Amino acid sequence: MSEARNLTTQQGLDAIDRCIVAATQAGLPLTPRPYHRLAEQLGLTPAEVMRRLVRMIESGAVRRIGAVPNHYALGWSANGMSVWDIPDEHVDEVGRIIGSLDCVSHCYRRPRHPPTWPYNLFAMVHGRSREQVEDEVMAIAALLRDRDRGHEVLYSSRILKKTGLRLTQ
Amino acid sequence: MDARDRELVNLLHGGFPIEAEPYARVGEQLGISGAEVIMRLARLLEQGTLTRFGPLYDAVQLGGAITLAAMAVPADRFDEVAAIVNAYPEVAHNYQREHRLNMWFVVASDRPQRIAAVLQEIGAATGLEVLDLPKEQEYFLELRLPA
Repeated sequence: MSEARNLTTQQGLDAIDRCIVAATQAGLPLTPRPYHRLAEQLGLTPAEVMRRLVRMIESGAVRRIGAVPNHYALGWSANGMSVWDIPDEHVDEVGRIIGSLDCVSHCYRRPRHPPTWPYNLFAMVHGRSREQVEDEVMAIAALLRDRDRGHEVLYSSRILKKTGLRLTQ
Repeated sequence: MDARDRELVNLLHGGFPIEAEPYARVGEQLGISGAEVIMRLARLLEQGTLTRFGPLYDAVQLGGAITLAAMAVPADRFDEVAAIVNAYPEVAHNYQREHRLNMWFVVASDRPQRIAAVLQEIGAATGLEVLDLPKEQEYFLELRLPA
């Protein structure tokens, strides 16, 4: 309970919200009335479950209720993590440009670790082939001109683990 | 995956309704029944076309924290180090990448103080440098499906 109180003070989540999070970690029930099913499991009214989910979406604790696609299965058989060294004064502007491209799913600013790691902008670039990803990265570089002080594309060769966020028990 | 599945997945990017019979509502928009929506989602999950369907939580907004970490692991120690890293429940994803920095993993926890602790422990257990690359800003747009 001390942890639940802790969450309450931090983010407005209480122990019941936390139970809803725990009950939906594996997903939303695939039954005609999924919120009723959750309510039964948790000993709440369906209205309460729905009200709390709406509130968690409003507060940002839940981004949305939705589907997470497997990019490979959707025909994006190649994806590369492109990393860019962008002057600090341009990085937000460049991030917004890259983040709005159709071939880019995620675009983040992250800290550099010089000299090991000079890059401050990450963009996942998707394509049907590695050649297509390379073309897209070249097109991005052309768009950025001298704001691109250097970039690389890192391809994943193996998924070593993929479980998603788990709450501490 | 057929055209209707694609329509369904694209529609779900816009959010899933919170009401008594949400699958029926989604079905209305596609001209199919709620039962067919459920059947299609179940099949897409079973096939691995979707890895998840449900509330998508934000670790940071849940009062937790998340970071991306990278390590340069010698080839002959790769599996040993992967086992050490993957043993942490806080490690949500771990990918091998073709680069000198060849191991990239996401550390997420509802206890923010665990992030630094896990990175520090992995560094100590492996004797390797762990780069901490937390997200500072997100420029977000949903992945769209190829036509």
